[in-house]
Amino acid sequence: MNWDEIFAAATPELYLAFAGLIAVVLGAVLRERFATVSIKAGALILLGACALSLFNIEGGVAFNGLWETDRFTNLAKAVCYFCAGVALLIAEPYLVKERLIRYEYALLVIFASLGMGITLSANDLMTLYLGIETLSLSSYVLAAFNRDSQRSSEAGLKYFVLGALASGLILYGSSLVYGFSGSTNYDAIAQAEFGIGLVFGLVLLITGLAFKVSAAPLHVWTPDVYEGAPTPVVAFFASAPKLASMVVFATILFEAFGNAIDQWQDVILIISGASMLIGAFGALRQTNLKRLFAYSSIGNMGYALIALAAGEDIGGPALLVYMVIYALSQLGIFGVLLSMRRRGGMVEDISELSGLSSTMPWLAVCMTALVFSVAGIPPLGGFFGKLVVFQAGVEAGLWPIVIIGVIASVVSLGYYLRIIMIMWGGDKLAPFENMSGTVGITVSAATILAFPVFTVVIGWMMSLAGGSFSLG
Amino acid sequence: MEVIAFSILSAIVLIAAFCVIAARNPVHSVLFLILAFFTSSGLLVLIGAEFLAMLLIVVYVGAVAVLFLFVVMMLDVDFVELKQGFLNYAPFGGVVALVFFAEIALVASAMGASRPETFDASPNAETNVEAIGQVMYTDYLLLFQISGIVLLIAMIGAIVLTLRHRPGVRRQSVEEQTGRKRADAVELKDVRPGQGI
Repeated sequence: MNWDEIFAAATPELYLAFAGLIAVVLGAVLRERFATVSIKAGALILLGACALSLFNIEGGVAFNGLWETDRFTNLAKAVCYFCAGVALLIAEPYLVKERLIRYEYALLVIFASLGMGITLSANDLMTLYLGIETLSLSSYVLAAFNRDSQRSSEAGLKYFVLGALASGLILYGSSLVYGFSGSTNYDAIAQAEFGIGLVFGLVLLITGLAFKVSAAPLHVWTPDVYEGAPTPVVAFFASAPKLASMVVFATILFEAFGNAIDQWQDVILIISGASMLIGAFGALRQTNLKRLFAYSSIGNMGYALIALAAGEDIGGPALLVYMVIYALSQLGIFGVLLSMRRRGGMVEDISELSGLSSTMPWLAVCMTALVFSVAGIPPLGGFFGKLVVFQAGVEAGLWPIVIIGVIASVVSLGYYLRIIMIMWGGDKLAPFENMSGTVGITVSAATILAFPVFTVVIGWMMSLAGGSFSLG
Repeated sequence: MEVIAFSILSAIVLIAAFCVIAARNPVHSVLFLILAFFTSSGLLVLIGAEFLAMLLIVVYVGAVAVLFLFVVMMLDVDFVELKQGFLNYAPFGGVVALVFFAEIALVASAMGASRPETFDASPNAETNVEAIGQVMYTDYLLLFQISGIVLLIAMIGAIVLTLRHRPGVRRQSVEEQTGRKRADAVELKDVRPGQGI
């Protein structure tokens, strides 16, 4: 075994696995005393993993080709770990107030992040599957974390049953790909002769992965899980795993099936168009904010899929930029949702935001900026995200999907503007309870990031991610 | 000879698998599932993967299927009620199944071109076990370790979702029991006749 190779390629994951296992032991020994500490320790561990993946950004190949990292994946990993760390930090006040604080929460988030790292580094269908299972199993339990609440248990069960079906589809697809290409390694699959058997395996793989990113025909679980699961868990789901799954979706299509882009481009385009339309029209009638943002995320996955359909060279960097901006703004939005607490309970209805501009002006300003950013209003970060995605679509000659995207954007403005109108124009309600420091800082930071500061960052990221793909 | 055995075994697997979903009584379903597992392990023996065949029986028949049986018998699920919506979904489900079946048939027809001429269930080794042992902790060490983490997560998940610390539960304390001395339990009283304690 070549340790230099392994350390160059997999340091963040080795470190995360090691730290996670130590945290398991600490939790078993210290029990309740570890509960609040574990959240901070877990966030530190995840931020450390973020630093490590930036430090080893060049990556490498290890474990006999089962594992491969490069700039693109390491960048995605760093953002995933960062988002997971922040999502863990802002969970603490909620967990304490709802009496859910247990050290297992941090453990599950750490292991879910490890799963993201594994999927992102996978260069083999077997590694990919195990990574997806690591991420999904932790996610199912996190969704049901509030086990005394019927809705949370229901969310966990729904997520589990449907997720198991999606995993089955991925496995079936993988087995067909293995059978017809003779290997599970991405590079070997890329070189295999592309026949009808591989197409079928590929379609099943796409179906399974579309479930994991909650794209259109397999999006049905998203609103229910978002509504039922505890809000900090949703903040986590909406940011890091979404980014990771989307980038994994891209790496497998680009690296293993890059030569067969004309085979899967249409499939991705259909999924993308359906996601955007369902996201836009589905959200119009929602009154629960968590459900509303679930539909919004379905729509946003549709935009990201345009970049995916544009292919490796044009779409890769655009996809990463779009998803990073999206994940960071989601953290801010769910930070606002986490601070919606009145008379000892969480409120989730859109009407509860009424008159926020006069009771808590800063929160209203933040929410407005974040919502506008996700909607893609010009001076804000989300606009540039959508811009690069649409640009990629136009460059690849995918005019129809870009037009659908623009229409969906306009329709989705309907519900985004409704939130803003209720906040700034509705009757004044009692203010929310004071929000905790970490949540406030996160919301403010996400808001600042949503402003054009991002344009500089985008340029830097495009140059860093651009040209990082190299087909084996 | 092998072709005949293969045809018989795979026919039984298919019929058993169909009966799993068609049987009215859930216990019968599980029993058909066990039959399907047994015959599939027969198929594995046919291609020379005897270790995998035994593993399938030990793990799936020995553990998983018995667990299913327990769940089916312990949980009082009303299966008649569960099947109420069946007719509503039947047409759509039927269409999906038909499309899927057609696609599988298409794939099966493509199979002929790329069928491997020789199949070796134990490459570079005498037996199946040896072949697996050669790669399991070397080439696929990473996958083996990740599987361990997946199982650990499953364990943590089960504990998170089900373990409850109820106050006032009297637990057995082995130390206390074995550390008990005669003086803790028995007291000698000098009882006078006719008076009691």
